[in-house]
Amino acid sequence: MRVYRADLHLHTVLSACAEVEMLPPLIVTVALQRGLDVIAVTDHNATANAQAVIEAAAGTPLHVLPGMELQTREEVDVLCLFDTLEQAADWQAFVDAHLPALANDVERFGPQYIVDAAGDFVAEDPHLRQGPTTIPLEAAIAEVTRRGGLAIPAHIDRRVKGLLGVLGLWPPDLQAEAAEVSPNLRPSQARQRYRFLPADLPLITASDAHFLDGIGQVLTEFTLNAPTIAEIRLALRSAGGRSARVP
Amino acid sequence: MKVKDVLAATGWELLTPTLPALENEIQGGYVADLLSCVMAGAQPDQLWFTLQTHSNIVAVASLTGVAAVVICEGAAVGADTVQKAAEQGVVLLRSAAPVYETVKQAIALGL
Repeated sequence: MRVYRADLHLHTVLSACAEVEMLPPLIVTVALQRGLDVIAVTDHNATANAQAVIEAAAGTPLHVLPGMELQTREEVDVLCLFDTLEQAADWQAFVDAHLPALANDVERFGPQYIVDAAGDFVAEDPHLRQGPTTIPLEAAIAEVTRRGGLAIPAHIDRRVKGLLGVLGLWPPDLQAEAAEVSPNLRPSQARQRYRFLPADLPLITASDAHFLDGIGQVLTEFTLNAPTIAEIRLALRSAGGRSARVP
Repeated sequence: MKVKDVLAATGWELLTPTLPALENEIQGGYVADLLSCVMAGAQPDQLWFTLQTHSNIVAVASLTGVAAVVICEGAAVGADTVQKAAEQGVVLLRSAAPVYETVKQAIALGL
């Protein structure tokens, strides 16, 4: 068992709001420079660049989890993390069936680029990825979990697109196994501010990087046997000597 | 004006069963969808107009003491939300019209 420094929330050029420098080889280089062991690729309602980042990290010590930052029907952002590209693709198909059929307005929102491991252009995603799907929060968590993934409501303290901003209170029956607080907030501060948060709800942080310098600026240290979803899930419960802590 | 009078005058749909809160006296209104805003801004006895249908609206309505919740634009409301509202005595109404038109109806009634 060892400590894995993990940044489980970052964007690539597939997110219209990300900088054009968020290319697989550069993301991997900066992540390694920052001493990260694990990153998750979490574009808005999209997973298509996860494979390129995984390939870009091949042969390096960096482990890349395919993921997504889903926006639910309520307009709550949720990190959806998986072990394999197959799981991510299955989840993507479910999300695509619940995404409004709107075209991306490149002038207004920016381009959504699918790239290869070298960062070279493959295609432009024409569908509007930013914005809410029609998937309710509870259903999103259940569907991600059913596919072997881990669902973590993102930046819960944010007024817009954060669970507590949108829904006011932590829903008492929510099956989320952890929550992410914004980079500018310590988990201890979040517990002070939101005293109604369940005491046993694990809180993590991640960078939500939209530009290279943001990568790893905040992170979570997991003590694990291996960088897998199953191990991270156990670490969130502090099971068997595993742990999750924000340094 | 009571919630039941507004219901009769507007033709909005009553989603919850007949609850004592239909007798609530209404004092003005409040409009927001971010529940963190509603928790901070809504006042007791107001009609709260929203598009949000997550079951947390019931907890927020209880917390703020609003007279009733008016879900606008005919938004779909899950059975879990209706059930929680019934349990907690929170009246859920639904208007088919958009928020602006729905609020105008309330204002026309003198609220």
